[in-house]
Amino acid sequence: MSVVRLEGVYKSFGDSAVLRGIDLTVEEHEVVALIGASGSGKSTLLRTINLLERIDDGQIWLHDDDISDPRVKVDAVRARIGVVFQQFNLFPHLTVLQNITLAARAVHGTSKPDATARGRALLDRIGLADFAGTYPDRLSGGQQQRVAIARAIATNPELLLLDEITSALDPELVGEVLDLVRELKAEGTTIVMATHEMSFARDVADRVVFLDAGVIAESGPHVLSAPQTARAQAFLARFNA
Amino acid sequence: MSSTEARQPSAIELGRRAFRRRQGIRSVIISAASTIVFAIVVWLTVVNTPGWRRVQLSFFDPGTFITALPEVASGFLVNLRVLLYSVVAVFVVSLLLATLRTLRGPIFFPVRALVAGYTDLFRGMPLIIVLYLVGFGIPGLRITTDRIPLELLGTIALTLTYSAYVSEVWRAGIEAVHPSQTLAARSLGLSHGKTLRLVVLPQALRKVTPALMNDFVSMQKDVGLISVLGAVDAVRRAQIEASTTANFTPYVVAGVLFVLLALPMIRLTDWYTARLRSREQIGAIL
Repeated sequence: MSVVRLEGVYKSFGDSAVLRGIDLTVEEHEVVALIGASGSGKSTLLRTINLLERIDDGQIWLHDDDISDPRVKVDAVRARIGVVFQQFNLFPHLTVLQNITLAARAVHGTSKPDATARGRALLDRIGLADFAGTYPDRLSGGQQQRVAIARAIATNPELLLLDEITSALDPELVGEVLDLVRELKAEGTTIVMATHEMSFARDVADRVVFLDAGVIAESGPHVLSAPQTARAQAFLARFNA
Repeated sequence: MSSTEARQPSAIELGRRAFRRRQGIRSVIISAASTIVFAIVVWLTVVNTPGWRRVQLSFFDPGTFITALPEVASGFLVNLRVLLYSVVAVFVVSLLLATLRTLRGPIFFPVRALVAGYTDLFRGMPLIIVLYLVGFGIPGLRITTDRIPLELLGTIALTLTYSAYVSEVWRAGIEAVHPSQTLAARSLGLSHGKTLRLVVLPQALRKVTPALMNDFVSMQKDVGLISVLGAVDAVRRAQIEASTTANFTPYVVAGVLFVLLALPMIRLTDWYTARLRSREQIGAIL
């Protein structure tokens, strides 16, 4: 069964239509990379899945649930989806460990010992066990983003959304973050990611979706290696130049 | 890397240090001299006014100061109690008001409008008028046949006025927390209320602490206005003492007590603000 399914999703801001009829299905354990120029709708697409944007038409399912139904409990849906942002958005007043355990404690009602144990195990995994009691502003960008990923997966979400998570990083810090995503894929995490890292998308994604002016212009495992449409060819030519 | 190895500074650096030392000594001498000159000029100007002798006797009489001190100090305890109650009440009420203003959606429009109207009204109204309205209006309602304690009425008036100010401080703090923080919290599934309580308010508190401390200092002196209700506080005691001794020194006594109360908080505010600033400029010389 698919983890998330979008059918005919429309979204416009005022007069400008950002998503113009998106159909997309993401299967269990699948990693889908969204590529496309700035303003092509990648981020908006991720935000609609997490209900941070209200869609103007179409339907979105998370497993069996129609999450575009206005009767759905928004907080409960968001609790089932992990999100990592471009700018990390860690909570500066909480320690690294508290950042990771916040959702477990405040949303899922996990006991403090359980949440802490899980948080410490995650920190150990991402190689930041020594930073549990540190505040985020003491960490490098790459470390902060790894903590943000740990925060997003701490409650075992059904789906992980990554919104250009390496765009705000210094080039030498990109690798450590991408390595972590590779590990998550190896564990079978279902991921939808918007990215500008074409070599990484080629490497990790099972399928690449090329968005152009709010529609899926081309989709499949071949998009990066052998694009069929003229728009995708032109877009990718700019990266290979 | 061996940090124990003593490094001999170059001749150029030694020269620079000597220059800075000379400059430092020079500026200390200049500032000390200018301070002394300024103080002497002010002192001579005041002392040479025609009425100085009489003012000195009626405002700064040591004998009256000493006899009035215990009386005024006993009244000051009333001010301290009202201050304590008011600070707690203002903290709770202002936070509640600021929270109510963050509620979204058309259902909460009446709540938001009510809170906005309240802050407009009580920020505009002079405290002394609020004191009269509360002090004589509430007993006039005859809710109880007992006498309502003046300390309670003073606390209500101060709370009404200061909650309006402080809730605006909170609101500014809440708005100063970047929306991406709310976004991150909501994306984890936290509700509006939990996002506010666990993510936004703790960060807002840090941002507005200097402003909150400043309002607290302001309350410390405004609590002296409760004497208009007839409460026998420091100001009223001073008034009684002044009229029995035909000397204004008791007012100075009350003034000194209020300043002494406020000083630690004023210094603490300065220290905290300076620390925040030094953190933000990360040690740079500006």
